[in-house]
Amino acid sequence: MSDTTTVSITINGVDHEVEAGQRLITAAEKVGEYIPRFCHHDKLEPVGKCRMCLVEVEGPRGKQLVPSCTMIVNDGMVVDTESEVVEKAQEGVLEFLLINHPLDCPICDKGGECPLQDQTMAYGPGESRFIEPKRTYEKPIPISDVVLLDRERCVLCDRCVRVADDIAGDPLITFNDRGNHVQILTFPNEPFSSYFSGNTVQVCPVGALTSVDYRFRARPWDLEVTPTVAAHDTVQSTAEIHTSRGKIVRVYAAENDHLNDGWLSDRDRFSFAANHAPDRIVSPKRRVDGSFEDVSWPEALNTIAERLGGIAPERVGAIGGAHNTNEEAYALGKFLREVVGTNNIDAQLGDGFNAQLAAAVTPRATVDDVESAGAILVWGPDLKETLPVLYLKVRKAVKNGATLVVASPWRTGLDSIATSVVRYRAGSGQEVLRKLAQGSAHEDAAAALTTGPVVTLFGRASLSEDPRLAESVAAYGRTLPDARLMPLLTRSNVFGALDMGLAPDLLPGRVGIEAGSAGLDAMGMLGAAAEGALDVLFLVGSDPVRDCPDPALAAKALDQADFVVAIDAFVTDSSAHADVILPAALWGEVDGTMTNLEGRVQTVSAAFPPRGQAQSLLEIVRDLAAIMGSGDILPKDTDTASSSLANEAPAYAGVSRESIFFESDGTGVVVPTGAGTQPLGYIPTDAAVPVVTDRFTLHFAPSLYDDGVITRHAESIAGLVPDVTVRISPRDASVLAVSDGASVVIDDFLTLPVTIDADVAQGSVVVPFNQVATKGLIAASAVSVEPVRGDV
Amino acid sequence: MTDPILTARMEANRTDSNTIDRYLETGGYEVLKNALASMTPEQIAEEVKASNMRGRGGAGFPMGVKWGFLADSDPKYLVINGDESEPGTFKDRQLLERDPHQLIEGIVLASYALGVNRAFIYIRGEYPKPARRVQRAIDEAYEKGFLGDDILRSGFSLEVSVHLGGGAYICGEETALLNSLEGRRGEPRLKPPFPAVEGLYARPTIVNNVESISNVPWIVANGGTSYAAIGPERSAGTRMFSLSGHVNKPGNYEIVMGMTWRDLIYDVAGGIRDDRALKTWIPGGASAPWLVPEHLDAPLTIDDATTLGTMLGSGAVVVMDETTDVVKAAHSIVRFFAHESCGQCTPCREGTKWLQDILERILRGEGREKDIDLLLDVSDNISPGLTWPPAMTTICPLGPSATAPILSITRYFLDEVKAYIPVSEVAGV
Repeated sequence: MSDTTTVSITINGVDHEVEAGQRLITAAEKVGEYIPRFCHHDKLEPVGKCRMCLVEVEGPRGKQLVPSCTMIVNDGMVVDTESEVVEKAQEGVLEFLLINHPLDCPICDKGGECPLQDQTMAYGPGESRFIEPKRTYEKPIPISDVVLLDRERCVLCDRCVRVADDIAGDPLITFNDRGNHVQILTFPNEPFSSYFSGNTVQVCPVGALTSVDYRFRARPWDLEVTPTVAAHDTVQSTAEIHTSRGKIVRVYAAENDHLNDGWLSDRDRFSFAANHAPDRIVSPKRRVDGSFEDVSWPEALNTIAERLGGIAPERVGAIGGAHNTNEEAYALGKFLREVVGTNNIDAQLGDGFNAQLAAAVTPRATVDDVESAGAILVWGPDLKETLPVLYLKVRKAVKNGATLVVASPWRTGLDSIATSVVRYRAGSGQEVLRKLAQGSAHEDAAAALTTGPVVTLFGRASLSEDPRLAESVAAYGRTLPDARLMPLLTRSNVFGALDMGLAPDLLPGRVGIEAGSAGLDAMGMLGAAAEGALDVLFLVGSDPVRDCPDPALAAKALDQADFVVAIDAFVTDSSAHADVILPAALWGEVDGTMTNLEGRVQTVSAAFPPRGQAQSLLEIVRDLAAIMGSGDILPKDTDTASSSLANEAPAYAGVSRESIFFESDGTGVVVPTGAGTQPLGYIPTDAAVPVVTDRFTLHFAPSLYDDGVITRHAESIAGLVPDVTVRISPRDASVLAVSDGASVVIDDFLTLPVTIDADVAQGSVVVPFNQVATKGLIAASAVSVEPVRGDV
Repeated sequence: MTDPILTARMEANRTDSNTIDRYLETGGYEVLKNALASMTPEQIAEEVKASNMRGRGGAGFPMGVKWGFLADSDPKYLVINGDESEPGTFKDRQLLERDPHQLIEGIVLASYALGVNRAFIYIRGEYPKPARRVQRAIDEAYEKGFLGDDILRSGFSLEVSVHLGGGAYICGEETALLNSLEGRRGEPRLKPPFPAVEGLYARPTIVNNVESISNVPWIVANGGTSYAAIGPERSAGTRMFSLSGHVNKPGNYEIVMGMTWRDLIYDVAGGIRDDRALKTWIPGGASAPWLVPEHLDAPLTIDDATTLGTMLGSGAVVVMDETTDVVKAAHSIVRFFAHESCGQCTPCREGTKWLQDILERILRGEGREKDIDLLLDVSDNISPGLTWPPAMTTICPLGPSATAPILSITRYFLDEVKAYIPVSEVAGV
């Protein structure tokens, strides 16, 4: 489609110049001639199955009926979309689709937004001629924990199968039987357990696929639609919140060809239940004699203000802010720097890398660059598990012809389509990179990175990876042909937070702070607190006890700190240590903007007010500043924050909510790279992290569904959190004399079943990240592993 | 009368025409030896093109022209369509079972001409015996050096394997066959791309019928023009017909086209059993619209059949005498197509079953006068205009095939259909 030349076609007697190479159904739609369809979908390969889009095209043997979804436009094509023959064919197809359809529209979720209903009204026969018994099936049947299938409503359009096979790469649903008995089914004993299953519900042109969450909850005409982004990861897919009577009933993907192509991960789609969870914190709380008591906002804020009064600014710090809007993050940063007077601020949790590099790397790749890349290097977290929609984009790029190199200490979702996979022992990445860059090893990988533009996606594969490795990978990536770089931090709006200066060495607008004046980062603050060198710690929607590399240190820090303020929506392992908890508004309850991993700013909007007494972070720090006598320093609302930050962060000038809404066509605006420092430009020579010989090194591998607070509160996907096992290499399993499924004891206290995995390096044990079952383990630590000897 | 081409050997050697010894003794593989020694691939392709032979699988497309479409990109494949499933057709079975080496020699010649080094013989799942015979013949051909590496020291190599189908009529459609061969669901593909450009495993592929390829040794031995000289100009060569139904001598007959239907039914097939009157016949397999006695003197050629709104198709002639209940016969055929629909496109999946349901209701005595129009209109929604050759709202011709018997009984036997409809249901009563 890169060919921009045009061809002339005639539709219903009117001549049109249309883009060459596109399908007739699309070309016609663009010039205002809508051709009805069921199986056609812009993002899926054509199958020509439903036959609804038949039109007449003149050919050597006269006019012929052809499916316009499979026909490529060519010069001089003469098309009739509304001849008698066409109308009869369309009416006939609709009648065929309806004869066995249950017509249970009054109780069908799709009723009111159903292409079958709509097209029956527009193109269908007036009455039914079918008097035979209808085909019946058991209905509905669950095909996964989140999706139900009603085969009676299905029109067998193949959209869901194509989404699962072609887009997601999870061929788990298919056609069964033949003729009149064809039906969509999963394979026996294999559920449709795809991270992308919810997309099938959204693309289904009838009510055959419904989601457990939404089923019977609302009617489409009652829904209010709020444009937003899916804020679980840094892709920030463009999305919509659909509410009914003040509650989120579903999340839908929005079309954004520059970003998510209309797809969402199931985590994006199905974890909205947290907003309405019964155990949400809805009023301020203060710790009194070891337990929390509800207090009023003024009481809570006064308590904090008093505690902050007279304290040395460097003994105050804040960890978090990655889940908030840019405007909230900006206000938080301003509060800490200008009201409190400290640079101890970090939106990362020791799980990322150099903030200046993440915020300001150049030349920075856009998601469009990924899609059109000549070659892609992924050296960081498993995209399928952490940034699933970016995983889809890389799949698309490979389909478009890009070569792909994946470097990872263990198997990732992209390995199966990679041109070359570099597998290395966790911790030895520097050594591997040095050899790759010098050409002394991994020649296949180097050869696959020669066609530009080469986009390097760099980050940390896990907490046990040296954060400097990401920097080295970025430096290497810059040496590749027509280089583009995309930093892979994964948490929500962390890039927005960094752009707003929520890092110890960054000011708003990606402006670096000189090393001497930088504050403490998250691990530094936790260490200082643990040693009594930090008195007041703000936890802003962060849970370091769960998420930082050293949970024990985090727990000790929170115990030792004099005063901990948690601004959170839930009592977590971390906020449970707080002296004051302030109820925070969540995604869906705040207006503002967010910034994704390519620097794209999009708007988010409140679908309803915050729950209970919860408030936005901006309101919280504004009111706190006012009590502290500095009310005029902070912006009073989102719009003020927006104009104020534009002054400090020129990249953000002109990207207010209004301008994005009116000027970006709903796709957001990519802000230019600011003035931060650049990667150091070195190819590493450091030796590998020393390998522990007599013990095992423990690594955490991220998975999409973990025991994170949002997932845990989403009933429909909570059940998808995988069973926790410890992965070890076949060689180690053999030395320990354990078989697949047998149990081992880690560090004398934790018993877990074993999964033998040939992709795990000898001497490593790998457990999923952020699981209750692995509480107490420390990333990259040396652990003992002993087999459990039962009474065999 | 021209001598038979395809069946001469099996007629002369009734017990062992399938063995390699008998094949060699009767001149088998001599054509191959000569061709590999003295002919270029282009020369063989030229002879086939000059023969004007039209494909014997049903569509009647000239084989030499089809070969010319094969894209020049290696690897490319030759696939032999032995999924003979059209009701009433059993000619390929005889060729597979009783002269498999003739087919294999044709395959080697064709592959040489096409620059193919890998060929597949797809045989319907219900043909275990023919498949065994072909497999044995392939093994023998490998042993004797007619297949495998460096055939007869010519430098040309060819591997051939047999694939047994799973019992689906639709896999006789060449692109569904390719899907089946690849291990996918047997569903016709969208065209274009045509198999000659993107076929088996997305490589250039020629799909030819068993009978078509079995003719190749003779054509190469005797020259394309000799073949073209047999029979009428646009229906050249001899052709296998499977005669079944109410004739005295059912069976396969290799004949020269151009004779009349009367010759075929009354002379070749020995007339109608018990001297009953002929009522109707299916001229070219279950997909073909029927003919009636008024057509008996029409010449039996591909083009004349088209003029009569039908086709010679796969050469299956099913004869029905005056005792036949044509409504039941039509129902039987419609039920077959509904059962064999792959189900991927709407009009075929839903329409063929609806036609079956309506016919069943009529046969139960629950028909309505308006059901006749309904049958025709549903048929029209599968095959717009009910023209010949059929237009289609479907992906492949299977759906339109189900309308052929509906068209036939309403055109020629309307009274018999109406006789099933209770008087109380007839309009106006």
